[in-house]
Formats: sequence, structure tokens, C-alpha cells
Amino acid sequence: MASNRRDLPEINAGSMADIAFLLLIFFLVTTTMDVDTGISRKLPPMPEENIETPEIHKRNIYVVLINKNNRVLAGIGSPATMVEIDGNGIVSESLKEDVKKFVSNNGRIETSSESPDKAVVSLQNQEGTSYSMYIQIQNELTKAYNELRDEQSINDFGKGFDKLDAVEQKKIKAFYPMKISEAETKAN
Amino acid sequence: MSKFKRGAGKGVPAISTASLPDIVFMLLFFFMVTTVMRETTLKIEVKPPSATEVKKMEKKSLVSYIYVGPPTEALQANFGSAARIQLNDVTFSRKEVGEIQQFILSEREAKDEKEIPYMTASIKADENVTMGIITDVKTELRKVNALKINYSTKKRD
Repeated sequence: MASNRRDLPEINAGSMADIAFLLLIFFLVTTTMDVDTGISRKLPPMPEENIETPEIHKRNIYVVLINKNNRVLAGIGSPATMVEIDGNGIVSESLKEDVKKFVSNNGRIETSSESPDKAVVSLQNQEGTSYSMYIQIQNELTKAYNELRDEQSINDFGKGFDKLDAVEQKKIKAFYPMKISEAETKAN
Repeated sequence: MSKFKRGAGKGVPAISTASLPDIVFMLLFFFMVTTVMRETTLKIEVKPPSATEVKKMEKKSLVSYIYVGPPTEALQANFGSAARIQLNDVTFSRKEVGEIQQFILSEREAKDEKEIPYMTASIKADENVTMGIITDVKTELRKVNALKINYSTKKRD
């Protein structure tokens, strides 16, 4: 018996590497390291009954309209003062610059916003508006606010907005609150 | 003299590969741990639009995904080509958009009560869908008070 145990051959572990490689390659191929990215928004709560919506002065609303053909109309207050930004699916830089001017007006121009705190961007789209156009507009609006916040943070703290700590970021955000109001989609 | 040169003819000894499995196993475990397998199979086609001002999503465990897009080619025979909403493994037509309420409520049940305010609904929609269906989805989310949303977009420079 004793000699029998001594003779037990060692298992060849040479192919272990091959097996491990096989598994490794399987996981290498199936791994997706994509991170989820996106534009975050906060929806307004459902309106309660018997509560009237507060009136906002015309000068404090910047209206962006997107129609079913993806043409964009934008301007402060009433439709009479709006201009067509661009058609055919491409948004020009002028929308962002317009929004920045409107939000950071601080009451200088009579027909533009009184303060960043009071400024509201109203985004309205139609049933047939394409989602990609809508995202482009949302992107431009976000960019306008991001740039304003960045400028303000360099002014106040001497460094970019993303380098600030949480408390400082809150201060800047309170100075430039992103107020984007979205009306219900209009039919046709 | 010959005393010192005796072994020279044998050449370089073979490098031991005994530790190779260990190295490979290490890599293997790394990939096994980091791999996230997709939980749902998509029955609709979703090609998200791209944007520049995107942010990374945090706390993936608190995110509920709502997919919106046209059915895949194989399923178009059954469902037609109109955009549909997919929650978990089931797709719904635009008329059945109310199912989102049930979906959000069941997602909430699985979570701790303290975490509910931090839950996010991520809308993964195809770039070619129209806003009508997106607005319907958003209205349903508002009805169940799931107000934190995220429009899933790719990063573009």
C-alpha cells in the first residue's frame, strides 16, 4: 500500500493556463465597460387642484418653441419678438449666446430678465418634434447655464466650476438656478 | 580553466512558466468581478442621441431604465413599426403607457425607504422617436412622483 501511494502520479497542470486563458478571453469579450451618461433633469410635480400658477412677468421668460418640422423659434416674452433660430435639425450657437445674455441681464436692458434668479426658460415642443432635436436644445440650454456658472465661479473663487467643493458649487448654483419650464406637448 | 567553462555549452535555461496560470487567473478574476452582464434583452432598437454636456450616472442600483424605440426587425411583424416602451423584459405600446406607474412602484418596493428620493428614472430613447411618446412617459412619471429623470445620451465632443 505504501508503495502504491508513492507511485500516484502527479496531475499535469500544464494545461491549466490554457483553461484559464479560455475563460479570460470569454470575459474579455463579454465585458462592457460603458458608463451611463446623460442629461439630468428634474420634473415638476403634478399640479395640485385649486392652486393657481404664479404669474411671471413677460420680460423674465425666454421662450423656445420647437415645431413638428424641428424648426426652432426663440425669444423673450411674446411670439412677436421671437426669431427663428435655425431649421433642419441643426442648432446654431446663437441660441446659447441668447440664453446667456438673457439670464445674466440683471435688469440692465428693459426687455430682458431682472435677475438670474427670476429668469425662466420655457421650452415648448409639439407632438411630432423629434427627440434628437429636443435633446440638442436641452444640451444648448445646459451649456448656456454651465458656461455662466463657470464664469461666475472664476470670478468668485478664481477656479472653474468643476474644481469647486460642494459648498461653493451650491453657492454658484443658487446664483444661477437652472429654471427650465416645460409646457405640455401641444397636439399637431 | 575548463573547470569554469563546463556548463557554457548548455545554453540559457528555459524560463519557468509555472506561475503563468497564476497571472492569468489574476486577470481572469479581475474581469469576472468587473463584468456586468446585461440584465434585459432589448426587444426594441435604441440608438441614443449624442450631446456635449453629459454627466456620468451615479449609483446604478438606484436607476430604473425605461427604453423607448421602434421594435427590432424580427418583432416588427408582431408589433408594427410604431415606437414602443420596454420595461424590464416586456414591451408596451404607447396606449399602455400607464404600466410605467406599476413599474416604478415595484422598483420602489425593492429599495430601502430612505433611498427612494434618490431613485432616478433613466429614459433611454432612440433618437428617431417623436416627443409625443416621451411626453407621455414623463407625465406618467410625474403621476407617481418619480421626478428625478435622466435623458440617456452619448458623449460627443
